[in-house]
Amino acid sequence: MIKGLMAGAAAVGMMAGLAQAQDRTVNVYNWSDYIDESILEDFTKETGIKVVYDVFDSNEILETKLLAGGTGYDVVVPTGSFLSRQIQAGVFAKLDKSQLSNLDNMWADIEARVEKYDPGNEYSINYMWGTTGLGYNVDKVTAALGDGAPVDSWSLLFDTANLEKLQGCGIHVLDAPTELIPAALNYLGMDPDSKDAGDIEKAGELLKTIRPYIQKFHSSEYINALANGDICLAVGWSGDVLQARDRAAEADNNVTVAYSIPKEGALMWFDQMAIPADAPNMAEAHEFLNFIMRPEVMAKASNYVYYANGNEASKPFLNDDVIGDPAIYPTEESVKNLYTVTAYGPRVQRTVTRTWTAVKSGQ
Amino acid sequence: MSGGPASSTPKRSLGGWALIAVPYLWLFVFFLAPFFIVFKISLSQVAIAIPPYFPTFDLAEGWAALVENLRELSAENYLWLTQDDLYWKSYMSSVIIAGVSTMLTLLVGYPIAYGMARSPKAWRPTLLMLVILPFWTSFLIRVYAWIGILKNEGLLNQLLLTLGVISEPLTILNTNIAVYIGIVYSYLPFLVLPLYASLEKLDESLLEAAEDLGCPPWQAFWKITLPLSLPGIIAGCFLVFIPAVGEFVIPDLLGGSDTLMIGKTLWVEFFANRDWPVSSAVAVILLLLLVIPIVLFQNQQQKMAEKDR
Repeated sequence: MIKGLMAGAAAVGMMAGLAQAQDRTVNVYNWSDYIDESILEDFTKETGIKVVYDVFDSNEILETKLLAGGTGYDVVVPTGSFLSRQIQAGVFAKLDKSQLSNLDNMWADIEARVEKYDPGNEYSINYMWGTTGLGYNVDKVTAALGDGAPVDSWSLLFDTANLEKLQGCGIHVLDAPTELIPAALNYLGMDPDSKDAGDIEKAGELLKTIRPYIQKFHSSEYINALANGDICLAVGWSGDVLQARDRAAEADNNVTVAYSIPKEGALMWFDQMAIPADAPNMAEAHEFLNFIMRPEVMAKASNYVYYANGNEASKPFLNDDVIGDPAIYPTEESVKNLYTVTAYGPRVQRTVTRTWTAVKSGQ
Repeated sequence: MSGGPASSTPKRSLGGWALIAVPYLWLFVFFLAPFFIVFKISLSQVAIAIPPYFPTFDLAEGWAALVENLRELSAENYLWLTQDDLYWKSYMSSVIIAGVSTMLTLLVGYPIAYGMARSPKAWRPTLLMLVILPFWTSFLIRVYAWIGILKNEGLLNQLLLTLGVISEPLTILNTNIAVYIGIVYSYLPFLVLPLYASLEKLDESLLEAAEDLGCPPWQAFWKITLPLSLPGIIAGCFLVFIPAVGEFVIPDLLGGSDTLMIGKTLWVEFFANRDWPVSSAVAVILLLLLVIPIVLFQNQQQKMAEKDR
């Protein structure tokens, strides 16, 4: 009896100890399907910090929460152009680099490109980067357009002669005006980062010509639709298309998906980890960022989500089908063709969304 | 209110006042106060800040700052709404979609309510329960379930293909038809419940009298049942129409890219443009456009009711 009581007391004591260790938490808000969750478990195992992990699927949702303030998140992952505006609004705390010993692992080239959004990389570290290009069903596109199908060119999407032949098998486009308008501008030979209302209108006109052939504007459904063979062409994010490719391969359903960075160039974007100024757990947030910047951890994440990361030291730990795939780590040649865009100001933003609404609603 | 215990005495007791104060306090805290906050934001300007508009009022800054900030407010956003026909188009399109859906809901809901009211007394609690049952599952999940039913390779198309009714799958998902189906399904209980309440109270001896006097059943329905259930129809239709006009989830999940509804326009304004002032202005106008006709309509109804007396 007494023995039992003692054992019980010991168990309670142990639980109390555990609870104390679990008291430290870090609240992470990241994109959906964007991490190997065992990374979070490893982090908790090692540091005793509990990770409360929550996900979003659009920069707009994240930004609205951040601008309302008091989100309670300690680590968030906005894309570069959104990050720069949020820094301006005073959303983020400067990183305490003395707590980030793994910063040396980061890739100087990527850091240099991120300067455009976060000068001096003072507020953020790169998590993943990628491109916005074309995902397609190899067999169906070949069947519709023959062996010479221009899969390496935006004309696959912007030339209605091609779309007429492809529309029967389904076309999806990202519901992301800040990525599609630059793509249209780039195809038209104009500056993809143009903030001129006239230029944006021209991009809108081009997009309107392709509108009748597009089944849906959506930013995540195309992964499954490509993998199931429901659609044959999608404007999508590199890693998402590659996830579709792997799902199709696993399902063994005779669907072959491929991703291409068109020769005219494509948007290169950066998803950055940053800490809100009102984060309740600053120290834990820094510990989390430092853990993420370990080469093995970052490599594990990339191997899982098929996106390139901004961590140079992680390269030796990457699987061959990640580091060796030009769709994920583009060749130096195609990197030259990649462009970046900056945030729109409020007035121009309104023109952009209005143009996009007009394109989508076909008016 | 007139039936309350306090009204029998000419002077209200303290308890009586307290009783009235509760609903008014509720209205003030959860309707009027938020409305004024939204109204105030609608007079502000966009800013890159937390929160993303200017000016923000901070009572700690004192009276002078408050007055200074009040001067910054302007009706510019309302002017903007008149300059872009997108808002007018989405409002009209919402009213049409909500109106058509309300009619469809009535067509589906009336027979259900009628059948329930005419069923044996012992069954009624069970039937009532069945109408309420869907509420036990999240609204969002039920709308998601419709995606599975309506999509090209979904349950409905598979069924119709197997039965040989169609040879090509129908495209229903991502069209306005899917939005109608979603609204009718989701709001059906809101129409059935008040309608059932008014049909159940219907004095059956009236119908018996009509039969005795040689009135055929269908005519008795038109001349007695339908007019007497009118209050239930009106209450039910309002309960469907009003939330349907501002509906966001259903057109977003089931509608296509060309489905224009004010709820979606508001979302874009708020999230994509992060223009809280304009989206607040849209919300204020939407409220006025809905409240004014309803108040007028109710006044009319009241006058008619008084005339009948």
